[in-house]
Amino acid sequence: MKNKPQKNTKKGRCGWLFLAIVLLIYGVTALFDSELTLKAMTSFIHLLDKVLPVLLIVFILIFIVNLLLEPALVKKYLGSRSGIMGWLTAIVGGVLSTGPIYPWYALLKDLREKGMKTSLAAVFLYSRAIKLPLLPMLVHYFGITYTMVLVIYLIVFSIISGLVIEQIDNVHTKMDKP
Amino acid sequence: MPDKLKKSARKTVQAFINILPIVFGMLLLTSLVVKLFPAQLSTGLFGQNSFLDALLGATLGGVAAGHPLVSYVLGGELLTSGVSLFAVTALIVSWVTVGMVQLPAEALLLGKRFAIYRNLMCYLFAIAIAFLTVYTLQMIG
Repeated sequence: MKNKPQKNTKKGRCGWLFLAIVLLIYGVTALFDSELTLKAMTSFIHLLDKVLPVLLIVFILIFIVNLLLEPALVKKYLGSRSGIMGWLTAIVGGVLSTGPIYPWYALLKDLREKGMKTSLAAVFLYSRAIKLPLLPMLVHYFGITYTMVLVIYLIVFSIISGLVIEQIDNVHTKMDKP
Repeated sequence: MPDKLKKSARKTVQAFINILPIVFGMLLLTSLVVKLFPAQLSTGLFGQNSFLDALLGATLGGVAAGHPLVSYVLGGELLTSGVSLFAVTALIVSWVTVGMVQLPAEALLLGKRFAIYRNLMCYLFAIAIAFLTVYTLQMIG
């Protein structure tokens, strides 16, 4: 329990360190070309003005997802022998899963040891590409049509990834047999 | 329920505190890069042909590590500066599906064979999705 906040703090520090490095790059650039730095800053303020309202929506959506979804819930519906429901659950679970990937690797490992199909792990991981809380940002930059088309292809390819992994798994299982 | 609300709020605030400097930093960096190399970005690295654009985009996204939000910001700004939608789509998709940085952890927890095949497949899929998305958008009009 004690390690988790430490991990978060470390991660948070990395973000601030990244920002500090970028500001340092700005400082060095300003020494050589102050006009360029000023242009870049103006561009940044313009960008920020567009991005901030979307960030607010993202904040609200992250809160809702955090409130409604827990890894235990995904685990409950992603058990073995789940058939088409398992595939659907893998997609929905992947889409709704938030946060760093590492805890989810651990969950998938746990589920696979309990009999979950390898293909469902691939589907779950691929579906994570669809970030519901971040969709407003995608819409903001690329438009609603692009976002819809991309999301549909991501869902289709998550299923294909599961099918391909299943085939590879079958071939290797046959090869491994004496 | 109030406990759950509190916990979710704390988790969200923490997530946001982690995200904010990355978004600000990425916006600052993108603004500087776009002002530094506006023409080179669209005519140099990218813009040779659609397939190479997608290949380069998928490669960049595959080796990059960071919050997906960064890929949207970067992709959006690259698009504005003239980089093709093939490259940007491949970048966004491989950013979230291919994980070179996470590969050792994935291999350790889910198996080496699974991790290698899956990441290789996701890399190829990113290129395929880039083409399909762009062509679908062209068909829709």
